Amino acid sequence: MSERFLMKGNEALAEAAIRAGCKHFFGYPITPQTELAAYMSKRMPKIGGTYLQAESELAAANMVLGASAAGVRAMTSSSSPGISLKTEAISYMAGSDVPALIINVQRGGPGLGGIQPSQADYWQATKATGHGDFQILVFAPATVQEMVDLVSDAFDMADKYRMPAMILADGMLGQMMEPVEFKEEGEKVLPEKPWAACGHHNQRKHNVVNSLYLTPQALESLVKERFERYEKIKATEQRASEYLVDDADIVLVAFGASARVAHSAVDMAREQGIKAGLIRPITLWPFPTDCLKKAAQTAKGFLSVEMNMGQMVDDVKLAINCSKPVDFFGRTGGVIPTPQEILDRIIKFGGEL
Amino acid sequence: MSKDFNMVLAGFGGQGILFAGKVIAYGGLNDGKEISWLPSYGPEMRGGTANCSVCISDKTIGSPLVVTPDVLVALNLPSFEKFIDTVKPGGTVIVDSFLINKKVERDDVNAFYVPATKLAEENGIKGLANIILVGKLFKETGFCSEEALYKAVEKCIPARKANMLEFNKKALEIGMNS
Repeated sequence: MSERFLMKGNEALAEAAIRAGCKHFFGYPITPQTELAAYMSKRMPKIGGTYLQAESELAAANMVLGASAAGVRAMTSSSSPGISLKTEAISYMAGSDVPALIINVQRGGPGLGGIQPSQADYWQATKATGHGDFQILVFAPATVQEMVDLVSDAFDMADKYRMPAMILADGMLGQMMEPVEFKEEGEKVLPEKPWAACGHHNQRKHNVVNSLYLTPQALESLVKERFERYEKIKATEQRASEYLVDDADIVLVAFGASARVAHSAVDMAREQGIKAGLIRPITLWPFPTDCLKKAAQTAKGFLSVEMNMGQMVDDVKLAINCSKPVDFFGRTGGVIPTPQEILDRIIKFGGEL
Repeated sequence: MSKDFNMVLAGFGGQGILFAGKVIAYGGLNDGKEISWLPSYGPEMRGGTANCSVCISDKTIGSPLVVTPDVLVALNLPSFEKFIDTVKPGGTVIVDSFLINKKVERDDVNAFYVPATKLAEENGIKGLANIILVGKLFKETGFCSEEALYKAVEKCIPARKANMLEFNKKALEIGMNS
């Protein structure tokens, strides 16, 4: 086993990306994500990679589009307001079937909002990371170690399905330090990309990477083909972790930072003899509906715990087909809930069931 | 099974609050514990108050934000006043009594007063009041083993500042003997 050492979430994300074979980073500074870009600026030149601080978020995201279209593993990172600026390019990536990694270390919104941790970009990440008919893969790590592990998976799945992937983190996970371990894997072998628009010395037909289709029927059939791919992803790539769900009356549903607090609240509830459990979605798209459906057979109710105004609640209701009551507890604007607040809600909700 | 520690360290930006928290965290890590370290970030760090939460546990750590600490290390008056009422009954409070001219009014916590900033100056290690207080905290709570603590200091001091290592060890000893 390699040594466990302390690392900030933002720096761990960057190091994990480099180890996953990413040699092209395009970014623009914003709190609470800046350590990620700063780390890249130090490391990329040393490994023969590219670190580029663009003139704007929009430019950085379009550079990722260009680099990915040329077939290299590329990424960008930002925090909430910056991600909004990048959504145009993310839509173009989806429309061009180009893989890429986008990291969002969320802060409070809307607008410039605040700089403290938040999960208020759930809707943006899972429903509309830009205009048009498309989805992106969304991963929600809850520990610094999981951030490391998911970066590599996100890149691989983005390549496999030729679509953008996002790590949806937050200011708490980005700023905190926890022990991490990097598996020694050696130089990563990346998949061939025969579709890439790169130099070929006239040895093959030229490739075009494009999102403009002026014939409605052609665009429709392309979008439909993409949605068939999405169905396959929904059937095979759902991920969630379960904690004390089997005999739970009340199942909390929480991801990322709020799942950590919810985990503590479940322990406190159990100490009082309340049968609480936790489902923690690791993929937010595809949403882990299978896991929730299964829990709905035994649970009496679900409590969605989020650091926003309840953006995941509808997904929970849809997953269980509204077969059980779904309650919500959240703090927003950059406030982190306390385990006690969540426990109080569990007790109140339990009384209504 | 040893006990869990949920700590808050607080003071002005520039007093080495975050560094002290990192030393404590590595102390726990070196003993094979689960740990988390969460800093305050943002405008308050520029000349205002800085604080960080450190958790040391045998179990998976839930929220890394410590709301009701069982250890408070305070290096200035605003931080002392902000956090003193949040400490759990039976908890430990370590105060830099050179900078905080106030006593703990609660009688349900164990309070220790160390004029750390003055001691640091007198011993030629100005700026290491933070580590003196870590030494005192170690003496009063034993949050990690002594070996793990010294290894933690070695881990936290980068190679280019190797000359600082002896000063930091000296600061730990002063704290342990105060």
